[in-house]
Amino acid sequence: MRYDSPLAAVGNTPLVCLPRLSPSPDVRIWAKLEDRNPTGSVKDRPALHMIEQAEKDGRLTPGCTILEPTSGNTGISLAMAAKLKGYRMVCVMPENTSQERRDLLGMWGAEIISSPAAGGSNTAVRVAKELAAEHPDWVMLYQYGNPDNAGAHYATTGPEILADLPSVSHFVAGLGTTGTLMGVGRFLREHKPDVKIVAAEPRYDDLVYGLRNLDEGFVPELYDASVLTTRFSVGSADAVARTRELLQQEGIFAGISTGAALHAALGVGKKAVQAGESADIVFVVADGGWKYLSTGVYTAATTEEAIETLQGQLWA
Amino acid sequence: MAIEVRIPTILRQYTDGQKAVEGNGETLAELFADLETRHAGIQARIVDEGAGGELRRFVNVYLNDEDVRFLDGINTKIADGDNVTILPAVAGGMA
Repeated sequence: MRYDSPLAAVGNTPLVCLPRLSPSPDVRIWAKLEDRNPTGSVKDRPALHMIEQAEKDGRLTPGCTILEPTSGNTGISLAMAAKLKGYRMVCVMPENTSQERRDLLGMWGAEIISSPAAGGSNTAVRVAKELAAEHPDWVMLYQYGNPDNAGAHYATTGPEILADLPSVSHFVAGLGTTGTLMGVGRFLREHKPDVKIVAAEPRYDDLVYGLRNLDEGFVPELYDASVLTTRFSVGSADAVARTRELLQQEGIFAGISTGAALHAALGVGKKAVQAGESADIVFVVADGGWKYLSTGVYTAATTEEAIETLQGQLWA
Repeated sequence: MAIEVRIPTILRQYTDGQKAVEGNGETLAELFADLETRHAGIQARIVDEGAGGELRRFVNVYLNDEDVRFLDGINTKIADGDNVTILPAVAGGMA
């Protein structure tokens, strides 16, 4: 494969079958390796697409400042694209995200504004909206509400999966901005009305949830529940256990949210086996494990110790 | 055997601080009514009587990790040994 520039190399990622983790010969699990994108995560797709669409409609002009609430990957993708295209980049991220993410953002020239750990991404979104109001000349692409986020997956990720695996029966991805699920889900359903679209939502422990209020829940503007067939909530312990299983059984070194997606993929796989159905279940490997090495979950001697090390940390 | 219900921090004022309690019922609606008999006040925080007894908008309930809104909502059937988790709605993910 040959590309004319680094930004042109976004997408066209491998889809690999996982024979050891597949529950039966008729119910197969497939990994879409989005860590193979230029900055190492699925977010290269929406970041580049949102920037290019904003350039097309004149919202982004040379010398602009881009502002974005992000717990890491979107910021890293935007920072790289901004650097190559000559924009200034400001990220708002929760203070309890890993040092690697901060270093990566800084490396590509992004400035970081920390938001309080309590409330996680929700608080980062609120702080970013306040900053946008104070600086009307800054451009917030706003991944949670920008249709071009889902549009990137509708235009690229979905068609790639269908071309590689016409028998795809389930698509499973993490639920954050919801862009991946909305974009891929809409595309696949147009071509395969019976396809099942499955969300894996991260569930944090009490240290992260502690101060939240039930009435302050934040639902991304992109979210359309009618696209989803079902939704799983995956706790830290299951996400860590699956991340380690993926590494030990299939040799894939993935980030912790990928373990959550795998947990949901195995959950629907189990139901398919019980129902006597065949299935080709695709889940998204959103990024590699590199940015989470300092959490200790990969190097801990046992899964129990690994789970312990992740207490109170954001992992998706 | 009974059904284990995991309680979020925000609702533990009704469960004497317990992270998980047990309950019984054929459906989630019955389970929450059963919880109310021992943990007064909890049902109203989960169920919106003004909206026909549906789940409150920013409350998610999971049966064995699966969101009950995609099953049969408050009328989802439950059985001994199931796990029910109550959570505030949240945005997270690889954002």
